[in-house]
Amino acid sequence: MKLTKTLLATTALTVFAGAVTAEEMTIVSWGGAYSASQLKAYHEPYSEKTGVTILNDTSSAEAVAKLRAMSEADNVTWDVVDVVAADAMRLCDEGLALEIDPDKDLAAAPDGTPASEDFGELLVSPCFIPQIVYSTAFGYRTDLVGDTPPSKICDVFDLEAYPGKRSLEKRPINNMEWALLCDGVAKEDVYDVLATEEGQDQALAKLDTIKDSVVWWSAGADTPQLLADGEVVMGSTYNGRLFSVIEEQKQPVAMLWDAQVFDLDGWIIPAGLSEERKARALDYIMFATDTQRLADQAKYISYGPARLSSAPLVGKHAELGIDMAPHMPTDPENAKNTFLYNYEFWADYRDDIDAKFQAWLAK
Amino acid sequence: MAKPLDTISMPVSLPFTLSLVGLLIAALSFVAGVSTAANFSQFLLTVMAGAGLAIAFAYALISLFDSARPAMIVSALLGCAIGLALGSAGAAVLGIILGVIAARLVFWVHYRQYRRGLPTYLTSNQVLWHYGFRSICGAIFIFLITPILVVLPLSFNAEDFFTFTPEMLRFDPEGYSLKHYRDFFTNNEWQRSFKNSLIIAPIATIISVSLGTLAAIGLSQSHVPFRRAIMAMLISPMIVPLIISATGMFFFYASIGNWLEGSLGFNKTFVGYIKVILAHAVLGIPFVIITVTATLVGFDRSLTRAAANMGANPVTTFFKVQMPLILPGVISGGLFAFITSFDEVVVVLFVGSASQKTLPWQMFIGLREQISPTILAVATILVVISVCLLTTLELLRRRSERLRGMTPS
Repeated sequence: MKLTKTLLATTALTVFAGAVTAEEMTIVSWGGAYSASQLKAYHEPYSEKTGVTILNDTSSAEAVAKLRAMSEADNVTWDVVDVVAADAMRLCDEGLALEIDPDKDLAAAPDGTPASEDFGELLVSPCFIPQIVYSTAFGYRTDLVGDTPPSKICDVFDLEAYPGKRSLEKRPINNMEWALLCDGVAKEDVYDVLATEEGQDQALAKLDTIKDSVVWWSAGADTPQLLADGEVVMGSTYNGRLFSVIEEQKQPVAMLWDAQVFDLDGWIIPAGLSEERKARALDYIMFATDTQRLADQAKYISYGPARLSSAPLVGKHAELGIDMAPHMPTDPENAKNTFLYNYEFWADYRDDIDAKFQAWLAK
Repeated sequence: MAKPLDTISMPVSLPFTLSLVGLLIAALSFVAGVSTAANFSQFLLTVMAGAGLAIAFAYALISLFDSARPAMIVSALLGCAIGLALGSAGAAVLGIILGVIAARLVFWVHYRQYRRGLPTYLTSNQVLWHYGFRSICGAIFIFLITPILVVLPLSFNAEDFFTFTPEMLRFDPEGYSLKHYRDFFTNNEWQRSFKNSLIIAPIATIISVSLGTLAAIGLSQSHVPFRRAIMAMLISPMIVPLIISATGMFFFYASIGNWLEGSLGFNKTFVGYIKVILAHAVLGIPFVIITVTATLVGFDRSLTRAAANMGANPVTTFFKVQMPLILPGVISGGLFAFITSFDEVVVVLFVGSASQKTLPWQMFIGLREQISPTILAVATILVVISVCLLTTLELLRRRSERLRGMTPS
C-alpha cells in the first residue's frame, strides 16, 4: 500500500510539474519529412525566440472532421493547423477557421512589399495563409524501366512499354485529369470534358485499362515505401516525398515531372480560440511565414515557398549540400507541362465524381 | 533392451514412401507456384517439377543408403553446395538445414519411424490423424506467431523502409543497424509519448483495479439487487464497439474538461491527462471485475464470518483476510487493465490532445504518415514487455493454484 501511495504521489507530481512549465501551443501538420522540415525551419527558431513549447500533432489528414467535432464540443485543442487549400476553403466556409487580414497579420517582404502582393494570387481564401507550393508527380524505379525511362505522363498508362504495378492515389482528383489527357483530350479541354457524364466515363474507361496493375495509396508515405520495395515500377505522390527517397534515402528512383499537378498548402488558425491563444497563434504565423522562414523550409524539403520574395533566397539543402532549385516543382526544367489543382471545379464536382470513382473501384 | 518389433523396423513399400514424399513436396511447390508463377501452365510445371525432383531424390537416398545418418550428411553437403552456387552464405546455411530435414524425412517415412512411440494397435488412419492434428496445431501456432516474428528482424533494418534489403538476406552486417532503436531513445516525440504512456497507464490501472475490485466484491454478495443488470452495465465498455465508446467519451469528457478548466481553473494539460486517465480506467474496469469475480468464486465466505467473530471490523477483514486470498485475481486483472491502457489508440485519439500523445498514438500516426521502422523497434520493445507481463501473469496463476492445493495445469 505504501508503495502504491508513493507511486501515486510521484506520478501526480510529475504531471503537475510538466503542466506548470512553459507556455504550450499545439501545431497540427502532416508528419513525415514535411513536419521535420517545419520543425527545423519554423518551430525550433520560434521556441528559441519566445520560449513557447510547441507540441506536434499530425492529424492534418482528418483536420476538417476533427475541427468540426472539436468546435461542436466547444473544446478546440489546436492552435495552428496545416491544411491544403481546398480544406482551408471548406473550413472557412463553415466558420471553423479565423479570417485574417494579410497586410495586418502577415509580415511584409524585406523590400517593403505588403504581404497581400507578395503572396499574390495564392491567397485563395480569406482564412488561408499559404506556405508552400507542392506538386503531385510520379517517381519511377530506374532499374526496373529498361533503357528508355518514362518521360511522358502517358507512359503511366502504357503497360506494354512499362509492365509492372504503378501506385495511384485512391481518389479521382489528378487521376481523372491524367487519364483524359492520355486519352487524347487537349489539356485546355480537360475540365470541360470532365464536367460531363461521358467525360467521366471516358476517364474511368482509360483508368480501366491499367486498373489491374494499380496499387492504390492513401497516405503520402505509401508510394515511397512501394518504390523502395520494388513493389511498383512507378507511382504518384507528393514531390517532396520523392525527393527524400531519391536524395536522402539514395534509392534507385527518378522523377517524372510531366503533367505534375500543383497544389497549395498552408496554415489556418481555428476559430473560437481564447484571446491569449489567438494572439500567440497569430504571433507564430507572423514569424513562420515571413520571407526568410519560408525560404528556410526549402532547405529541408523540395517544396516551393509561397512568397515571391522567398524564391531568390532558396539555396542549398541544409545537410546534403545539394542545390535545391532543380528539385523544386516550380523549376522551369520541371514545370514544362503542369496543372494547377482546379479548386472551383473540384468544389463543384467532387462529391459526384468521388461516388462514381468509388463505385468504379469496387467493381 | 528388447529389439523393436519387426513390423516397426521393416521398411514400408517403396511406392508408398515415394508418393508420400512427392505429395508433401507438391504441396510446398503449390505454395511456391501460387506466389511466383505467371500463368497456369507455369504453375503446373512448378508443382510437377517439385514433386518429380523430390521423388527422384528420395529414390536415390533410399537405394544408396541403409541408414539415415550418412544420407543426412550427403544431403546436407548437397544443400550446402546448391546454396553456395546460388551465391550467399545465408543460402548455404539454409541448404544444409533443408538437406538434413529432407533426408531425415525420407528415412523417417521409409523405415516406419513415425510408428515409434505410438501404441502398436493404432490403425493407419489413426496414425495419420495423430500427425495431422499436430500439423494443424503447428500451423495455427505459426499463423499466430509469424507476423510478430517478421517484425523483429525488420526493426534492425539499416534503411528507412519496411524492406528486407539484399544485404539483410545475405546476413551482411552492413544491412543491420540499431539506428531505429537509437531514434526511439533520442527522438523527442517518441520519448514524450513513451513518458505519457508510462504516466497514463499505471494511474488508470490503479483506478480501475480499486474500483473494479470493489465492484466485484459488492456484486458477489447475494443480497445486492439487480446484480446482473449492474454487472452488464459495468462490463459494457468491453462489448460496445470502441469507436462508439470513444465518440461518446469525446463529447462527455469535453464538457467535463471545459468545466474543470473554466470553473476550477485547472491547467489545460493537466485536465487533458485526467480525461485520458479516466477514459482508460473505464476501459480497464471490466477486466478487473471479471478476473476478481472469478477468484471470488473460490473464496470461502465463512472466513469473513470467522474474522468478524474474532472482533475484526469489515475493513480489517478485507485487507487482512479477503485481499491476500484474491490478490492473484486482482493482479491479473490489473495487468489486463494496464495492457488495455498501454495498447489503446482509439479512445486516446478522441479524448486526448497532442500533449497526451501516447505510444500507440505515435505508432499509429508514424505508420500512416511515415512508415518508419522506428515503429518496428518500438513494437519489438513492446512485444518483449508484453511477454514479460504475460509470463508474470502465468506464474501468478500457477502460484495461486498451488496455494489452493491444485496441480498447475
